[in-house]
Amino acid sequence: MDVLVCLKRVPLAGGTLILTPDSRDIETKHLGFGISPHEENAVEAGVQLVEQMGGTLTLLTLGVSDAEEQLRSQLAIGATRAVLIETDGQEWDPQGTAAALVDAINADETKFDLIIFGAESADSAGYQIHIRVAHALNRPIITNVKSMKIENGVVSCERVVSNGREHYEAPLPAIVTVRDGLNIPRYPSVPGRMQARKKIVDMKKAEPRTPKLEKVTLALAPSKDKGAEILGKGTEAVPALVEVLKQIGAF
Amino acid sequence: MILVLIDHDRGEIDPLSLRALTAARNLGQNVEAVAIGSEGNALAAIVGEYGATVLHVATHSAITDYTPMASGRALKDLVEKLKPAAVLAAGTPRGNEQLAHLSAFLDIPMAAECSEITLGSPHQVLRARWAGNLIESALVHSDLLVASILSFSIEAQATGGAPANVVTFEPSLHPEDSIVRILSRDSGESKGGITLNDAKVIVSGGRGVGGADGFGNLEELATLLGGTVGCSRVVTSSGWRPHAEQVGQTGTKVAPDLYIAAGISGAMQHIAGMKNSKTIVVINTDPEAPILRYADYAIIGDLHQIIPALTSAIRQAKG
Ligand SMILES: Cc1cc2nc3c(=O)[nH]c(=O)nc-3n(C[C@H](O)[C@H](O)[C@H](O)COP(=O)(O)OP(=O)(O)OC[C@H]3O[C@@H](n4cnc5c(N)ncnc54)[C@H](O)[C@@H]3O)c2cc1C
Ligand SMILES: Nc1ncnc2c1ncn2[C@@H]1O[C@H](COP(=O)(O)O)[C@@H](O)[C@H]1O
Repeated sequence: MDVLVCLKRVPLAGGTLILTPDSRDIETKHLGFGISPHEENAVEAGVQLVEQMGGTLTLLTLGVSDAEEQLRSQLAIGATRAVLIETDGQEWDPQGTAAALVDAINADETKFDLIIFGAESADSAGYQIHIRVAHALNRPIITNVKSMKIENGVVSCERVVSNGREHYEAPLPAIVTVRDGLNIPRYPSVPGRMQARKKIVDMKKAEPRTPKLEKVTLALAPSKDKGAEILGKGTEAVPALVEVLKQIGAF
Repeated sequence: MILVLIDHDRGEIDPLSLRALTAARNLGQNVEAVAIGSEGNALAAIVGEYGATVLHVATHSAITDYTPMASGRALKDLVEKLKPAAVLAAGTPRGNEQLAHLSAFLDIPMAAECSEITLGSPHQVLRARWAGNLIESALVHSDLLVASILSFSIEAQATGGAPANVVTFEPSLHPEDSIVRILSRDSGESKGGITLNDAKVIVSGGRGVGGADGFGNLEELATLLGGTVGCSRVVTSSGWRPHAEQVGQTGTKVAPDLYIAAGISGAMQHIAGMKNSKTIVVINTDPEAPILRYADYAIIGDLHQIIPALTSAIRQAKG
């Protein structure tokens, strides 16, 4: 079983976002970097598959050369090797990104049985790169997967919807996109980190294309930002809250 | 003409599709709708009421249930015939997925989760990024605009129109289009009760609840208010509650009438999932917690005391 996981380096932002002076990017001076959360589940799923079935787990990213840091930390949890398609730091649009990923996948000596993506990237959330890759590689794709198993060359998946679960299947080679909740990603061990330093990260270059979805500027979304009315402290404030709930018709 | 994909589950419409119809009408052109699968026939009245004049229904023996790639192919066939200026759908997992298949077939860009659209050459959109915390202004360079509508950016508005004229068509599917489809369903993690998506009241707990046991009080309050329990990611990743209850960017996005956030700090990924709630009440020991900026009312204090007191006070008030 040869598995590929596609992941993206993104800033780790929890609180308020700050934009660069030209309003084209997030100010990352004071932020760390990681990968999109669904992709952590993708890597964990890949590691588990290779543990159970043998084979290899390859990681693929398109990004700045510093994305090697994210590749190494995912190599540390058990991936075999990684490929980095290096960009100059400009953000690529979904079509350009998908095309570069497809070229790298086609050029790779390994023919991947399963390619795992995150359901959507944390920063750009385009909901499409995986589907574009699936079309270019002529492979079936199951999206938004919350549980998955592989048997007899078939991947069977569940997707959680508001009224329950839906079941899907696809013959390998296939593509799946996974969501947070699929598994609990492990932390790298110290020996894992040591080994990761020696694992291979192939650096590649790709020609940027003119973006068809062209970012102009970013702005912070407006928030309610009026601030809460403080009803009081402790249980003394409970009657005031009951009054509010009565007024809004909560009971 | 603007074409709107109406998503449905075996003939039951996704109400967010009606918002996409309203967004389409706001572009000032004639609006037509398309539903995939013969069960879509049942939707003529409702899409007409929300402003579509025609309902195209894709019927094919291989489309018996949700079949996303086949949807993409059907949309492609229809777009090539009708030449609309734009194809819109609700910004839901299904809406985004089917539109992504369409744009992959046509090899054209797609703009997901748009809150504003200006047709032109190029088209201009505002779209949500970072779980709705950032708004991107972007240009879309293609004749046909393919865009999904940010779920909570617009309310559906009825026009009181007559039922849409139903026009069925058979898409030219390829065998690979229907490999991936729903094979079966079960009621899964939802216990047949109220789910996060349709709850009018959500009582949500975060790290401040302190453990799985602490959620008993929240459940009691939720039940009393006819609602259900939600939680933050810390809670699901600690294994205190199932992932199906997680609210936020990587959980469920909700907009109930009342959202009570107890012991939740208000990280932007959590806010992204609940900021559209009508009334937000916070219970938190920290008067500086970021979530207070998004709340309507707050009590500063220990949720372990306040929630039980609130429950018994509501019981008394109900009599
Ligand atoms: C890309 C990404 C995606 C994410 N997706 C999600 C998501 O979908 N949903 C989500 O929720 N998070 C998500 N997160 C995690 C998010 O960043 C926060 O880590 C998380 O929301 C914090 O959970 P919390 O508020 O419960 O915990 P904390 O931030 O630790 O806050 C606990 C709060 O409880 C209060 N408190 C403590 N004790 C008490 C008490 N006795 N009574 C009252 N109050 C008390 C504290 O004052 C504090 O405000 C995501 C993170 C990333 C990076
Ligand atoms: N630059 C990138 N390099 C590798 N994979 C990516 C990149 N951007 C996005 N992906 C993958 O595509 C998924 C969907 O991204 P998006 O279409 O931006 O929502 C992500 O979760 C990743 O798995």
